[in-house]
Amino acid sequence: MAGPAGLVCPAGPAAQAEIVVTFFIRRTIGAALMLLVVSIATFLIFFGLPRLAGATPETFAARYLGRTADEHTQQLFAEKLGFYDPLWLQYWNWIKAIFVGTDYDYGTGIEHCAAPCFGYSFRTNHAVWDDLLDRLPVTVSLTVGASILWLVTGVAVGVLSALRKGSFFDRAAMTGALAGVSLPPYFTGLMFLYFFSYQFDLTAPGGTYVDFTDNPGEWAYSLILPWITLAMLNAAAYARFTRAGMLDTMGEDFIRTARAKGLHERVVVTKHGLRAALTPIITIFGLDVGLLLGGAILTESTFGLKGLGYLAIDAINKQDFPQIMGVTMFAAFFVVVANLIVDMLYAVVDPRVRLS
Amino acid sequence: MRNKGRVLAAASAVFALAVTAACGSGDDTTKTPEVKPEFNAALTSVFNPSDKPGGTLKMAISSDWDSVDPGDTYYGLSWNLLRLYGRSLVMFKAAPGAASAELIPDLAESLGVPSDGGKTWTYKLRAGVKFEDGTPITSKDVKYGVMRSMDKEVLVNGYTYFNDFLDLEAGYKGPFKDKAADTKAITTPDDQTIVFHLKQAFGGFDYFAMLPATVPVPAAKDTGVKYKEHVVSSGPYMFDKYEAGKGFTLKRNPNWDKATDPNRKALPDAYDVKIGLNADDIDNQLISGDLHVDIAGTGVQPAALPKVLQDNALKAYADNPAVARLWYTSINPKVAPFDKKECREAVMYAVDRTSYQAAFGGEFAGGQIATSIMPPQIPGYAPTNVYPAGADNKGDLDKAKAALQACGKADGFEVTMGFRAERPKEKATAEAFQQSLARVGIKVTLKGFPTGDYFSLYAGKPSYRNSPSTGLGLMVNGWGADWPDGYGFLSQIVDSRVIRDSGGSSNLSVMIPEVDTMIDQALAETDVKKREALWAQIDKRVMEEAVILPGVWAKALTLRGKNVTNVFVNEAFGQYDYLSMGVAQ
Amino acid sequence: MNNVISPRQDPTARPFLELRDLKIHFPTDDGLVKSVDGLSFSLERGKTLGIVGESGSGKSVSSLGILGIYHRRNANVSGEIWLDGQELVGASPETVRGLRGKRMAMIFQDPLSAMHPYYTIGDQIIEAYRVHHKVSKKVARKHAIDLLARVGIPQPDKRVDDYPHQFSGGMRQRAMIAMALSCDPELLIADEPTTALDVTVQAQILDLMRDLQQEFNSALIIITHDLGVTAELADDVLVMYGGKCIEYGAATEIFDNPEHPYTWGLLGSMPRLDQPVTERLLPIKGTPPSLINVPSGCSFHPRCAFDGRTGGASDTVVPELELTGTSGHRVRCHMPAHVRQQIWHNEIKPTLEGTGGHSVASMSELPSASDEQSEEVA
Repeated sequence: MAGPAGLVCPAGPAAQAEIVVTFFIRRTIGAALMLLVVSIATFLIFFGLPRLAGATPETFAARYLGRTADEHTQQLFAEKLGFYDPLWLQYWNWIKAIFVGTDYDYGTGIEHCAAPCFGYSFRTNHAVWDDLLDRLPVTVSLTVGASILWLVTGVAVGVLSALRKGSFFDRAAMTGALAGVSLPPYFTGLMFLYFFSYQFDLTAPGGTYVDFTDNPGEWAYSLILPWITLAMLNAAAYARFTRAGMLDTMGEDFIRTARAKGLHERVVVTKHGLRAALTPIITIFGLDVGLLLGGAILTESTFGLKGLGYLAIDAINKQDFPQIMGVTMFAAFFVVVANLIVDMLYAVVDPRVRLS
Repeated sequence: MRNKGRVLAAASAVFALAVTAACGSGDDTTKTPEVKPEFNAALTSVFNPSDKPGGTLKMAISSDWDSVDPGDTYYGLSWNLLRLYGRSLVMFKAAPGAASAELIPDLAESLGVPSDGGKTWTYKLRAGVKFEDGTPITSKDVKYGVMRSMDKEVLVNGYTYFNDFLDLEAGYKGPFKDKAADTKAITTPDDQTIVFHLKQAFGGFDYFAMLPATVPVPAAKDTGVKYKEHVVSSGPYMFDKYEAGKGFTLKRNPNWDKATDPNRKALPDAYDVKIGLNADDIDNQLISGDLHVDIAGTGVQPAALPKVLQDNALKAYADNPAVARLWYTSINPKVAPFDKKECREAVMYAVDRTSYQAAFGGEFAGGQIATSIMPPQIPGYAPTNVYPAGADNKGDLDKAKAALQACGKADGFEVTMGFRAERPKEKATAEAFQQSLARVGIKVTLKGFPTGDYFSLYAGKPSYRNSPSTGLGLMVNGWGADWPDGYGFLSQIVDSRVIRDSGGSSNLSVMIPEVDTMIDQALAETDVKKREALWAQIDKRVMEEAVILPGVWAKALTLRGKNVTNVFVNEAFGQYDYLSMGVAQ
Repeated sequence: MNNVISPRQDPTARPFLELRDLKIHFPTDDGLVKSVDGLSFSLERGKTLGIVGESGSGKSVSSLGILGIYHRRNANVSGEIWLDGQELVGASPETVRGLRGKRMAMIFQDPLSAMHPYYTIGDQIIEAYRVHHKVSKKVARKHAIDLLARVGIPQPDKRVDDYPHQFSGGMRQRAMIAMALSCDPELLIADEPTTALDVTVQAQILDLMRDLQQEFNSALIIITHDLGVTAELADDVLVMYGGKCIEYGAATEIFDNPEHPYTWGLLGSMPRLDQPVTERLLPIKGTPPSLINVPSGCSFHPRCAFDGRTGGASDTVVPELELTGTSGHRVRCHMPAHVRQQIWHNEIKPTLEGTGGHSVASMSELPSASDEQSEEVA
């Protein structure tokens, strides 16, 4: 009575494996192309467009120098960062560094930046890749906790609402969901902090983050408010979505069939109703998680969490091109991978879908 | 109000002493009653004075500053903070009110001794000062610190005062390009003596000696741009944990000897600095007591402002210090019809100064309506108001119309005004100009520019701002002093020689040969009083030219955290003195 | 699977299944929907009842009502349903659930939508079996394969792991039947079992159902809008219109001597196995009645060609379901019995026979013919 345990199509296991491998290869190539396009677009926006607006290698360099840097310094700096190279060559060097690494001058010596090298921040002189890896655990922690929270509460509320359609609970939940969707995390986050952290002293103040590996308990304690804030935003949407899906599904003929078999209503709802209603939600969930892994910008900046979203905002504010490129590529990577996983998952969950 | 507060504070202090005495000294369990908080209590005197060490002072800021490397930082807050882990030759006195404008020796035994008519400055280091690893600090470490700071291609954030004034050899490259590089511009006759040789006489060299670039750096430990991750301390605290972009903690430096340092109380046991907190959250944490200091020192956010001003209990924890910063508008004499002085004067008279103040947040968060360039806390400041904008500061329309008549534009004219698009306050300023000037027939077209390119490509680039097609007659501008001194405040914005064709200068409109001469005169003057008077004259002379319309002298409404002891505003920074604060247990 | 005769055979007078004045009403915002409004009939094991009517006549709702598949919160159910001596309307939902699928099962139309797309055919049959029998999955799977073989699915041990979408329409219907039969139900309700199928497959499925009914000795209710299907299988026929029974009797009676104008219409519009569906002859004019605002008096009167022969009672008085003849044939019509019989013999029957009448005539022989169908199940 279990699910279809990986059954994809009626073909034999060997043919099946072949289909999966072909699908995977094709999608991977597609994903790589996608990332290439994203990188070119980002590069052009931040390096190409300013040139059209009159920026020169020196003015580019001047942004990263002090107020008082003279022209000579600007030229040296522009030279060092390769701003005099034609655009295509700058792009090519950027791509090359990802695969073979590059060298970087710290002032006191030259260091090799090993592949995958996304260059060095113009502002902090940190290797972008190291920064990305450093920020990733925060964003992953935030995303994983929040996504579990919103999936569970959103689906639970949505199912209950659908089963008690028109009841007080349904109306209250859907009104609450509307509010949850409309309130920006900036607002709810600060409210939560104000009450729970500062008035009642129940939760950690803003800017607190403890690594999971240091202390799992404090990790959860430091993240509970961000989780709730971020989850509220999505839980509301998921509740509405689940409710609609459940209402549709529970009207399906196969639900009537399940009841005619004499199944317990609980089994009818969970095994037959929820299973079908949840499938499209899995798709959205996968994409949402993928998007968030690129950085939950508002939540991170509200709670002062130094995740990828915070890094992205910081990079844009400071016009730190290598970081902007790095963060964009990282985020695009997660979205592309999430897409791939969702497609494969869908084929597993819905036997009617074939990988092709 | 303020006097009453002080009397009360004094009374409570006496009461506290009495209680302590009654209970017998050394009884740590006795709670000293908190001094009654008052609005502006830390402005001109020490609030909640204490000598009690211990505790962790929690500080935060919403966005990172340039660097903690003493040779690579250009932020006032950073200069304020780095005194905890670095000792420059000279420092501003850590004292409330005007007393902080006084320079006192820090790493040096005394202020600089000029010779050769102010072209040579000699400092003697205090004996027995050590780095955090116990190595004695020598004059060579100070020299190295200055030398490395001059390489603007590696340490990009600093100033170029030393590059500009030291008598460097042609082709001098600095220690990063050439490890063996040396210069005769700085000499170290012995380990305790350092001598600076200048190209030209400069009477205010002690201000340079105050710069963080004179904080000693051990050459062997220098890692260029990465030195900020391992700054070697010469002050009472050293870095415990440093996480770039996230924050750091400071702990006591065991090799700091109080006997060598009369300037620092070093009360807290540790500092916890968090970077990147939400700005509104910082205000909430300050109010709740979860945080002691907002390092930015720029005051509370608009969200908290009304709350603080209306709630007396909260307001008692607030101060309203003046910052040595002027928000102003440049009037470009290279764009017609501003080539005629009378047309510039029309603008000077017509603009509603209260709307300028409102654009920046009003009296408390914005600041005081400015009547000249130099803010009042700059030593030598002489009140002057060349173009009074009416009794109510809302503009003198009669005089404006008369000026228009005089310049031959009785019916007004059209002009374009530039501002930084991402700055709401500057946008509001431009809009206020538009409304004010419409009253006398001057039609203002607004043009926003990206903040990052404002000085490098547009307003700051003469070929752009002076062009007949893209000319900007009015440009919103702002300037903060590197230090409270006429030179520090004025030189970069009124000396015509800082204007470069390649762009980037903050001086957008002042090109007066007479002023340039006056500046040179002031530079060479070693007599402090005479020099200060000269800067005041320059201020007045620039005002007369009607090329700068002063807006507001900035103020900030800041909160002192609960449980913070020994708090006062250091006027040199316009912020709480981070060196002197303690924390009640 | 061979002990098809249930030991539960009660020789008392009460029929195996009996409905007494069953009413299923749904209160809605627009008004009260009277889907089933006073339905009574009875059925013995081994017998087949055909319930005929247009869509919206209440025939499907009544079958779901028997199974107890309705929302207790938004359906008002009254009357009595007796199944083998047990009353179901007043019974607890849990009791009815325990009977559902076990003693009474249902075959739905359009098995593609009636089967869960995410579970294999085998899983769905196994689930139906195991909910009422505490057996291992392995045993249940064996049972499912047996059932699939029984309903004529080739290679049942392989196809058991297929998903519904991998089956053809006819095969799916067979699988649906297998699922309904998984617990040897004594009452089997088939709701439009052949509607979605093409004509040749229809015949196969009907054959299969007849065979299985014989083998299992179950009571069978066939719900259809297609009198042809009824003619194939039914012992008795119940014609529903607007939530009410308007004619009820032995199949031979209904086909040979129908007395309700609506039944005449159904006969006239009956698609025949040997002709394309498009060649319907006498379609009933008008549309089925709204179940909220049922027409006053006889609910059929707006569409009735003989409206004028009721002496004005048609739109004011609701006619009773009254006996006619001697064989238990009942009709709900204002016209006197002799007038109805006269109209049938003189006006309707010749028209039907003139065009396609032979099929009507032959139909009366069909029920007896069903005896000849024997166990040729693979």
